[in-house]
Amino acid sequence: MTDTNDPMAEIRASFFIECEELLEALQDGLQQLEDGADDPETINVVFRAVHSIKGGAGAFGLEPLVRFAHRYETVLDEVRAGRLHADAEAQKVFFQAADHLSDLVRTCRDGSDIDEAAGEALVDALNAFLGDEEEEEVTAEDFQPLRVSFDLDLPAVEESGSAPTFRVVFRPGQELFATGNEPQKLLRNLAALGATDITCDTSTLPRLQELAPETPYFTWTAIVDAEIDEAEIRAVFEFVEGLCDLEITRTDTSNAPDIDLPPLPDPQPEAVPEQSGAEDPPENAADPETPVPVAPAPAEPSRKQTPTAASSGAKSIVRVDLERIERLVNLVGELVINQAMLAQSLDQAGLSPHSDAMNGLEEFQRLTRDIQDSVMMIRAQPVKSLFQRMSRIVREASAAVRKDVRLIAEGEATEVDKTVIERLADPLTHMIRNAVDHGLEQTENRIATNKNPVGEIRLTAAHRSGRVFIEVADDGAGINRPRVLSIAKSKGLISQDAVLSDGEIDNLLFLPGFSTASEISDLSGRGVGMDVVKTSIQQLGGRITIQSEKGKGTKFSISLPLTLAVLDGMVINVAGETLVLPLNVVVETLSVGPDDVQMLRPGAYVVRVRGGFVPLYDLGVMLGYRSPRESQDGAIVLLISLEDGARAALVIDGIQDQRQVVIKGLDDSFYRAPGIAAATILGDGRIALILDPADIIAASGQTPMPDIAQMESLIANE
Amino acid sequence: MNELTNTSALELLTFRVADQEYSLDIMSVREIRGWTRTTPMPHAPDYMRGVINLRGTVLPVMDLARRLNLGARETTDRNVIIVVKLGDTLTGLLVDAVSDIVAMTEDDLQPPPDLASDPQMSVVRALTVIDERLVRVLDLASVVPSLTEDAA
Repeated sequence: MTDTNDPMAEIRASFFIECEELLEALQDGLQQLEDGADDPETINVVFRAVHSIKGGAGAFGLEPLVRFAHRYETVLDEVRAGRLHADAEAQKVFFQAADHLSDLVRTCRDGSDIDEAAGEALVDALNAFLGDEEEEEVTAEDFQPLRVSFDLDLPAVEESGSAPTFRVVFRPGQELFATGNEPQKLLRNLAALGATDITCDTSTLPRLQELAPETPYFTWTAIVDAEIDEAEIRAVFEFVEGLCDLEITRTDTSNAPDIDLPPLPDPQPEAVPEQSGAEDPPENAADPETPVPVAPAPAEPSRKQTPTAASSGAKSIVRVDLERIERLVNLVGELVINQAMLAQSLDQAGLSPHSDAMNGLEEFQRLTRDIQDSVMMIRAQPVKSLFQRMSRIVREASAAVRKDVRLIAEGEATEVDKTVIERLADPLTHMIRNAVDHGLEQTENRIATNKNPVGEIRLTAAHRSGRVFIEVADDGAGINRPRVLSIAKSKGLISQDAVLSDGEIDNLLFLPGFSTASEISDLSGRGVGMDVVKTSIQQLGGRITIQSEKGKGTKFSISLPLTLAVLDGMVINVAGETLVLPLNVVVETLSVGPDDVQMLRPGAYVVRVRGGFVPLYDLGVMLGYRSPRESQDGAIVLLISLEDGARAALVIDGIQDQRQVVIKGLDDSFYRAPGIAAATILGDGRIALILDPADIIAASGQTPMPDIAQMESLIANE
Repeated sequence: MNELTNTSALELLTFRVADQEYSLDIMSVREIRGWTRTTPMPHAPDYMRGVINLRGTVLPVMDLARRLNLGARETTDRNVIIVVKLGDTLTGLLVDAVSDIVAMTEDDLQPPPDLASDPQMSVVRALTVIDERLVRVLDLASVVPSLTEDAA
């Protein structure tokens, strides 16, 4: 993806990708802490995430990031060491620090400016946990050596003459090679512990013709002379426990100094010649069996470790360039089209439906659909990252309005198309802020009504009938309907004498220019309200609905298509052209009689729909395909619902089909017609345009004559 | 890609538009295909014939005769579409027929007479003579990107 060939830039980019993952792990860990997980491994995960970010940042010389991460890490280390208890107060600061850390990562990545003040305040807050004893100024030298850190915690070699001496006898068993372990590696690790003298006993080696290549014949004896304890030696052989005979004996210190005199700078030569000389066979013979001697190690210990955040979160993941996936998606799209074309031509050839070709085609169709689904799944991502961002929004928003709010996220593993996730962030942020600001009552009001003083916002995601449902529910006071109604009336959004049902009043929130907050708060209510949310959801091909119960809370439900690559469309004919209309805007189809269409003024018509009037547009005329017709008598009319909740009627010539179509983006570089959202390729290989009805009506310049909202209320009155 | 020997050597694809001979640098030509019915784009400039399916991508097709103000002409099965690439964008140019590929050098090209005021001439980069016939060499950049300008 990067244009530059600068290898540093690439490494840097991958560091930031890694940071994203680490930050996610950090958030996860903190969440677990908050939920009461108190095991050391969770704290370790949190610590390691911060530590790794610091390490990487140090390598790239990202000063501010390092400085903050170091401070953060120091505090976490205190927690890890058990000197500091991570109570609710501390957790709050940890969350804020995590937020700030992710801000810092972002600013470092984009090279933008950092909010110094917020960072300072947080550093102070973190310092407060440390007390006085650790006020040392962080300097570059501090972290430089930590750059590459494996969490092995191997102790440094202590140079001491009076160290205890261990005699380690290591006799590999039959299975040692079979499990991909290598004596050489183990011995090298052993040697790394300190001054080591290793000898190999080759006496059991049989004659060449009797030699079984997979059988180990040697015994190694190592004299380890370092200030370590037995456990550390055992740790070296941890992975081969049970696969070998291991004897560790502590010998008397007094006779040690002689052996310890020549400290081995590189103990490997000691071990290697022994192995590679006469006794090549066991080593090499084992190799073909275990071509990757490094890999098996991690698999082993997981059995012993307690299942913790670290191990449960580990999933095998391949990082793939998005462009490659796009290409695959495109190819599959073509395959689908191709298959439709083939089906059409076989059909025209008049083959019997029981012929082999038709049977094969059916199988082919099934396979293409499976492939398409699988490919779409590649683009799918769990909503977790999105939800994590929302938990941050809740923290910030609740702090701003001084309410205690708890966010409960459910269904974080639900997978949605990547693009949908990206474009969902803004509307969801808005909804969450709304819920905190308007949805939940002030704490004192909650106490007064015997509610839990801590407000609850529930964010859920789930798959249902081929769509994704995302719900934002608060346990606040519910929508104040009389107030909504009076505001809508005072703003002229509905007529003064309109009588609306509860559901209709709730939907008034989606009208443009509606904002219930009587005064503009910092958080929400800047005049852009739920109408913007609704528009963005609809642009994603989704729908949004409200449910509210007085005193119990409000729930917004968003339903979204699984992917933006295919669309449920209605294939229609207009003036000899084939067009596709998104099915989610179509409310119903009508055929109009002579009395149904009324002229408002020349060129502007309305159609009566069950007593209400809906503006009528001739699609063929609006797209410039034909000139206005004398009469719309007998025309087929599609009643569509526009984004602002208004309705419109479109005159078309015929309906062909309802089907899934593959969306082909229209290149922005060529003429972009208003009202055309995208294109698709039909079974006959021709291109059909996908319409954006709201855009057509807006572009037609023909303002819907009376106020649409009033028309709506007219309909509602019926 | 064949710029090894003489940088000024070039090959021109010559074609006919409204009984006139035009040409394009062959390096910008991706393929030549037969006429297929286009899907018209609403409210597009009249020289935009619409879009066609080029192996799964949407290819806009421009009627070169109308683009060059040579008048509207009947489109038949004998017309061809030259697919050209400018930058990253593929565009189809509808022409009457493709004639030939001619190799020449930059020296064979003459700058067009200074007719800057004539908008038709601004798309002609140079003139040349092939077999005693005048051939105009089109400046693709000024033929194609004007689409976006119109749209803006």
